Amino acid sequence: MNVRSQIAMVFHLDKCIGCHTCSIACKNIWTDREGAEYMWWNNVETKPGTGFPTRWEDQDTYRGGWEIKDGKLRLRSANKGYVLGKIFHNPAQPSIDEYYEPWTYRYQDLFNAPEGSDQPIARPVSKITGKEIAIEAGPNWDDDLGGSPVYAENDPNLDSLTEEQREQLFAVERLVMFYFPRICNHCLNPSCVAACPSGAIYKRGEDGIVLIDQTRCRGWRACVSACPYKKVFFNWKTGKSEKCLLCFPRLETGQAPACFHSCVGRIRYLGVLLYDADRIEEVALSSDENLIEAHRSMILDPHDPQVIRQAQSNGVHDSVIEAAQKSPVYQFVKVWKMALPPHIEFRTLPMLFYVPPMSPVMSMRKGDVLTQSDQGLFHEIDNARVPMQYLAKLFGAGHDAKVRYALKKQMAIRSYRRAVTVGDIEPHIANQMLREADCTPAEAEAIYKLTSLCTFEERFVIPPMHREEALEMMEDPMDHKRETGFGLVGKPQRGS
Amino acid sequence: MNGTILDLFLFVVLPYAATAIFFIGTIRRYRTQPFSYSSLSSQFLENKKHFWGLVPFHYGLIVILTGHLIGFLVPRSVIWWNRVPARLYILEISALIFGLLTVIGLIQIIYRRLSSGRVLVVTSTMDWVLYILLLIQVVLGLYTALAYPWGSTWFAALAAPYLWSLCKFSPDVSFVAPLPWMFKAHIVGAYALVAIFPFTRLVHLLVYPLPYVWRKPQVVRWYSRPEGIR
Repeated sequence: MNVRSQIAMVFHLDKCIGCHTCSIACKNIWTDREGAEYMWWNNVETKPGTGFPTRWEDQDTYRGGWEIKDGKLRLRSANKGYVLGKIFHNPAQPSIDEYYEPWTYRYQDLFNAPEGSDQPIARPVSKITGKEIAIEAGPNWDDDLGGSPVYAENDPNLDSLTEEQREQLFAVERLVMFYFPRICNHCLNPSCVAACPSGAIYKRGEDGIVLIDQTRCRGWRACVSACPYKKVFFNWKTGKSEKCLLCFPRLETGQAPACFHSCVGRIRYLGVLLYDADRIEEVALSSDENLIEAHRSMILDPHDPQVIRQAQSNGVHDSVIEAAQKSPVYQFVKVWKMALPPHIEFRTLPMLFYVPPMSPVMSMRKGDVLTQSDQGLFHEIDNARVPMQYLAKLFGAGHDAKVRYALKKQMAIRSYRRAVTVGDIEPHIANQMLREADCTPAEAEAIYKLTSLCTFEERFVIPPMHREEALEMMEDPMDHKRETGFGLVGKPQRGS
Repeated sequence: MNGTILDLFLFVVLPYAATAIFFIGTIRRYRTQPFSYSSLSSQFLENKKHFWGLVPFHYGLIVILTGHLIGFLVPRSVIWWNRVPARLYILEISALIFGLLTVIGLIQIIYRRLSSGRVLVVTSTMDWVLYILLLIQVVLGLYTALAYPWGSTWFAALAAPYLWSLCKFSPDVSFVAPLPWMFKAHIVGAYALVAIFPFTRLVHLLVYPLPYVWRKPQVVRWYSRPEGIR
């Protein structure tokens, strides 16, 4: 057992209101620069939808993630020798047209236009060339199902649905959507790291944050196509790849990452998970059906004395173990089994988990009467407006058992809380629902509390990063006595 | 006599100066501007013409440069190989094909830079200097190959001993002095490329990620653990 600690995350999709505050917080801090204008390290997609970049989930095109070949784990993009051969032109690399060409407007035209009979307008100009452009795409171009015949219907996850189901999904009465906020998953088996020819991308041993060494990065771009979540971006100005860094400078000072901190719906949770790093390959080799269970099983119980001993001998700090014991992520993922990894079939073992969303009550129009179908306690789950297969494709590697379990539990807790607070559901029915959903009243209360009444400190259990100790191991701080400032750091500018 | 002084400058002073600039320049840039040590890729800004330029150019050039290197390293073997006419023709024709690939690829690269507004934005002055010099160089090379057969044999017989004489620090220009001026220009072009190498995108050659072949797939950096522990 090789115990390591990892900063992991849970996004509670049932609470996401799609306000994009997270994206803006991130943009303002990290990507409001030339070359990075188009990057959204955090973005919120509407599902069904094609996402950002367009159809990122379609690995037949982008060749991201891992695949099993002859019983071995292999990068889907290419084997090592082939990567070096294709280094001049990467056929699976998305171009800026798959994202969008960043633009601004010539606002000065509004003020400087000569007087005339028409209204002056501010024309859009490209932020790359400075020339006028016709805007053809933008961030969240298909937000809230905008242009759904063009975008939502091309969602790769719809492939698993029958023609009838697809029609139903887009019938006006059933029209439904949910939001899917995405950041880098800081995977346990990151394919971007494995694909980087320069070895510039690395996982931090202490907290598992995946970072790109900007100096070592030579811009070969293999990571961009290798990441199945398309969360590595190419900076066209500096010629280097960039990605979400989980706001590590904030984490190291005990603050939640900007997107977490600013989340209006309080959907985000962050905490430590202890896991067994010896099992990474074995888990990633599991069959699609067993992937989620295997992934869960490598997450270790931070209360288990043996795990604690192993963690300590592996250099995991006591304060980190303590944080792991309080981790809301551990509760959602391992104890309650409500949070699921996105597209685990890409086999990168993501460390960002999603609580799947409940869909609205389904109703049917019969003549002039709108009826709500109402048979059985869990009717809404199987007859939900979002077909189960669709959610299973996103969060269950195509298998719905785990998704159904998570939804059933949410549903039961809702009924249970309604029985407690409103009282129009019989307590024995609510309790029966809990039992059927593998839940107890005590657990239901705990889930309810962490879902609805959670404080900042309960949502974000940030361990002390002990960077001061780390630095001391590398160099003696006394060496820098009487020095001032942060030293000379070169600007990310290219001479030629 | 005048010619000799010029020859002396072009074929003795220039190569040594270019090599010196190459080493000092590349090392200096690596130490002072490590961030810029790559080729600024523009595939992200233009993805289609990119393929038709970059792929033929790189593969063409790699084969051609390897050919030059073989001619320099084992000239006797090349001459021995070329004794049978059929083998000579095969060698010359394949070299010609790859030379053509290089030229076509390079022209496509230049056309792409000019025709795509986005790519033009990320093209530096040094890029243009490099492209023009490279174009002249490969066209001269191709012309020499066509005008003065059979290049593979006389490269091994004339250029190789001349280059070796440079390497041994006893330069002997008598091998190259009588050669036609087109070929002389090709040699001078090569030195010019070596000299500007450190100041262009060519530095990406030096950081070609060969260690990728044998490194482990996952990279983990520890700050709190001594070296050696995973």
